[in-house]
Amino acid sequence: MNQGLLVAKNLGRRKLRTILLLVAIFIAFFLYGGLESFQRAFYASSDAAASDRLISVNKVNFTLPLPVSYAARIAAVDGVKHVTYQNWFGGYYQDPKEVLFMFAAEPASYLDVYSDVVMPAAQRQAWLADRGGLIVGRTAADKYHWKVGDHIPISSNIYSRSNGSHTWDFTISGIFTDANEKAREGMVLMRHDYFDESVTFGRDTVNMFMFTTTSTQLNDRIAKAIDAQFANSPDETTTDTAAAFNRAFAAQLGNIALIITLVVATAFAAILLIVGNTLVMSVRERTREIAVLKTLGFSGTTILAQILAESLLLALLGALLGLGFAALLLKLISSITAGFVGSLLMSWPVFAAGIGWAVLLGLVTGAIPAWSGLRLRIAAGLGRR
Amino acid sequence: MTAFSFQLRQVSKRFVKGKETITIFDGLDLDIPAQDYVAIMGPSGSGKTTLLNVLGGIDHISSGEVYFDGKRVDTLSESQLSRWRAANVGFIFQFYNLMPVLTAAQNVELPLLLTKLSRKERQKNVATALELVNLADRAKHYPREMSGGQQQRVAIARAIVSDPQVLLCDEPTGDLDRTTADEVLAILALLNREHGKTVVVVTHDPEAASHAKRTLHLNKGVFVERTKLT
Repeated sequence: MNQGLLVAKNLGRRKLRTILLLVAIFIAFFLYGGLESFQRAFYASSDAAASDRLISVNKVNFTLPLPVSYAARIAAVDGVKHVTYQNWFGGYYQDPKEVLFMFAAEPASYLDVYSDVVMPAAQRQAWLADRGGLIVGRTAADKYHWKVGDHIPISSNIYSRSNGSHTWDFTISGIFTDANEKAREGMVLMRHDYFDESVTFGRDTVNMFMFTTTSTQLNDRIAKAIDAQFANSPDETTTDTAAAFNRAFAAQLGNIALIITLVVATAFAAILLIVGNTLVMSVRERTREIAVLKTLGFSGTTILAQILAESLLLALLGALLGLGFAALLLKLISSITAGFVGSLLMSWPVFAAGIGWAVLLGLVTGAIPAWSGLRLRIAAGLGRR
Repeated sequence: MTAFSFQLRQVSKRFVKGKETITIFDGLDLDIPAQDYVAIMGPSGSGKTTLLNVLGGIDHISSGEVYFDGKRVDTLSESQLSRWRAANVGFIFQFYNLMPVLTAAQNVELPLLLTKLSRKERQKNVATALELVNLADRAKHYPREMSGGQQQRVAIARAIVSDPQVLLCDEPTGDLDRTTADEVLAILALLNREHGKTVVVVTHDPEAASHAKRTLHLNKGVFVERTKLT
């Protein structure tokens, strides 16, 4: 036997109570692990977006179209390096529920603006050469088991073709990666010219222009110049950095960070009270036993360490279970969404922070009972006075 | 020269309860030679248990001096007292006070966790202690699986496993039937006689006191009679 076993035995003396406490802590850390990972995934693209990349969208709403002719006028603004554009295609594969993160993009300029998109030169050339070509991110390719050269039909839940069909045929030209912006690897990109020639409406319009600048210091001036250029036109623009755009996009769903923080903080506060109160009761029930240990020669600090070890063990067990289940669930969701909201996998920083919170929870909840144990006077604990 | 386990000099113990100060004993002197077997008797509230607490260093005195083995112990800090108790004193309580979540062997091993003994040495000492109280076959039993007498014998094994010089017993037979009580008292006598332990027993039971070499009668904090039995 050792003192660790004594700690474990004390924890297991009322199994139902310990299990209920573990469930409570499990829920808190499951929520933390899941929500924190979700939040990070959601903001990952905005954090990862290159600082020299700007986006122009319709001032009224980014879902409204802008004339494709704006591309040349944006390119003409002093300091603009490369301009590209894209349309949300609303594509799905085989089943309408299998919605793809798919855009129609101008290939050459897209690869100029998104220089972090990496694929073999032959595949790059194949896409530039084939109007029916498609490039897909690694995550999407893995999800649907697509290979270069595969012929696949993709339908749109927005657009129809002039022949009445909603389905386009594509050949996969390339599979790309983007080490800087992992969320991009969930994307599917068709050529905008193929899109434009076949749709029954929305021709010569795009959802957004993306462009790079020669210097990040010029960003503000360029954004103002572009928006000023289209001011008082039927299609006014609003221009911002890609990072700011992504954040604004996320904010449309509400202040996710605040909501997540509130949910997690509430869960932790509740768990803190429940676990702390239960540990106080648990140690109070063992007052006589603690007094006996002290009689045998266990010092106050040893007792304090034992009680803290007990609360830490409880918190860490619950946290590991909660974080573990959250990681598994995120992996499952991630495989289903194919990186639609970025990489949902739990990162090591989230896990490590979770363990840090567990240690803090263990120390805080164990503090009062441990202090009581430290201060307990033997004679009083034995009820001998 | 007589070697003493305990020497108490002008020891006083007072409690403050509300606005009232209660004196348990005042100016108490007591010598307990090494290898003595002393029974302390007296009515409830006479200060027997408080005296035992003072001897065991689990209660502080208000004034006076307490010596163990010629060294003063009433001035030791809490952590020093913990180490002193672990090395020199074994306690036996009326209600056994075993850890319900530990087996008999694990309960007996508890004091040894504070030593530098290896796991193997600890297990050997535990086995020896359990054999001494005739409970080797109950090593893996939990307290709830044992009778009161067996639990008290486990408590005795726990008290002697680290080979302390002194055994302090607070009503060790108070919760036992006569036959079982006699078994426990026989073990205490054996430990005193054969192993040279100093035994101090606080008891209401004249039969338990009859096993001691001498009996001290405490009443209102004063020794009123000292009986030499052997």
